Amino acid sequence: MANLKDLKVRITSVRSTQKITSAMKMVAAAKLRKAQENAEAARPYAERMERMVASVGASVEGIDGAPAMLAGTGKEDTHLIVVCTSDRGLCGGFNGSIMRQTRKMIIELRGQGRTVKLLCVGGKGRDGMKREFSTDIIGTIEGIGRRGVEYSEGRDVAEKITSLFEAGEFDVCTIVFNRFQSAMTQIPTTQQLIPFAPEEPEDGAAEAAGAKISNNESGPSPVFIFEPEEQEILADLLPLNVAVQVFQALLESAASEHGARMTAMDNATRNAGDMIEKLTLIYNRTRQAAITTELVEIVSGAEAL
Amino acid sequence: MSETSNTVEFELVSPEKLLISEAVEMVVVPGAEGDFGVLPGHSLLISTVRPGVINIHEGGAIKNSIFVAGGFAEVSPERCTVLAEEAIPVADITINGAEKRLESARAAIADLAEDAEDLSRVHAEKELKAAEAMMVAAKSD
Repeated sequence: MANLKDLKVRITSVRSTQKITSAMKMVAAAKLRKAQENAEAARPYAERMERMVASVGASVEGIDGAPAMLAGTGKEDTHLIVVCTSDRGLCGGFNGSIMRQTRKMIIELRGQGRTVKLLCVGGKGRDGMKREFSTDIIGTIEGIGRRGVEYSEGRDVAEKITSLFEAGEFDVCTIVFNRFQSAMTQIPTTQQLIPFAPEEPEDGAAEAAGAKISNNESGPSPVFIFEPEEQEILADLLPLNVAVQVFQALLESAASEHGARMTAMDNATRNAGDMIEKLTLIYNRTRQAAITTELVEIVSGAEAL
Repeated sequence: MSETSNTVEFELVSPEKLLISEAVEMVVVPGAEGDFGVLPGHSLLISTVRPGVINIHEGGAIKNSIFVAGGFAEVSPERCTVLAEEAIPVADITINGAEKRLESARAAIADLAEDAEDLSRVHAEKELKAAEAMMVAAKSD
């Protein structure tokens, strides 16, 4: 039978853990709301950017010397995977699901005989991938989104990717991140950044818009005037598009992180509550047993006289 | 989307959020190869935007001016979308603020080492151009 003092110490310790987890839950909830607002507010820009790249891209399609970022390098030998995780833990399966997805992807790509390189955003991703793929990690970026994700942070990550691409370090770049659905669910998502590949539904929407515009024209695709030339616009637009997509992914990832943490901490708080209840019950029983024993001793002592 | 036929749907979007979305009579955008005005029924156009001021016109007068630090514009007969990397209403710009930005941009260029990366040089020069345009905008206000 556990002794009373030990039980008391355990109850106190669980209670203080519960205070911490419940505080973390509140903080995560507050941050989640902010992050969610930011992610939603940034959506129009990303959507319009994608539409614009699609229309410029369509007009240079098939032309020789189309930028490599749009058309690809012509081969798919080396893949760069950008892994978006958090810097801090205590957020449930948030980082685990990303790493599982990435590992699956790496194994699949290797099976096809391709080289894989990893760029880790967030310290947890690096720690997790280091064990198995330490030689493939070519860089880590930490400290993003300390006080809300800023556009410049997304741009910095994108510039790193772009300069690696220009140095011929990889042919295809994919970003793996958690897409925010609700505080309970985050969906690990992979999205191709380079070469430019519009998302399926987005593509359909862009085509629909294009078709609408070209109604009164003879050609199947709308004819745009470009100022300056298509190639020059693309040279600016494509890196910017990468920056925007990365920024969007970081925002989604940040919102997901807070959501995951909130849920995890909510569970932890509830578990701590259950544990306190159980321990208190044992404590009370033990105390009562001790009192009963003492009484029995006194009574039997008195009877013996 | 189809308001009266004499207005064009104008949207100004920054990476952080959708700033303006309204029907306007005319909007003048600082294109990379010169300012262009957008009226309803404009041809399809995609242009880069240089740092400068976007003017929204109504009834023959400027109703609203916004400073943008570069970006892209997409124009269709019924819509004009500007993707700006940074956008501030001209009314919110002070000459002091613009001066400070200009100074720090100049200092940043001066601080660049000879062998500085191309990327940081491009950044610094871009920032300087934006600051200069901001100064012009502040003075004109």
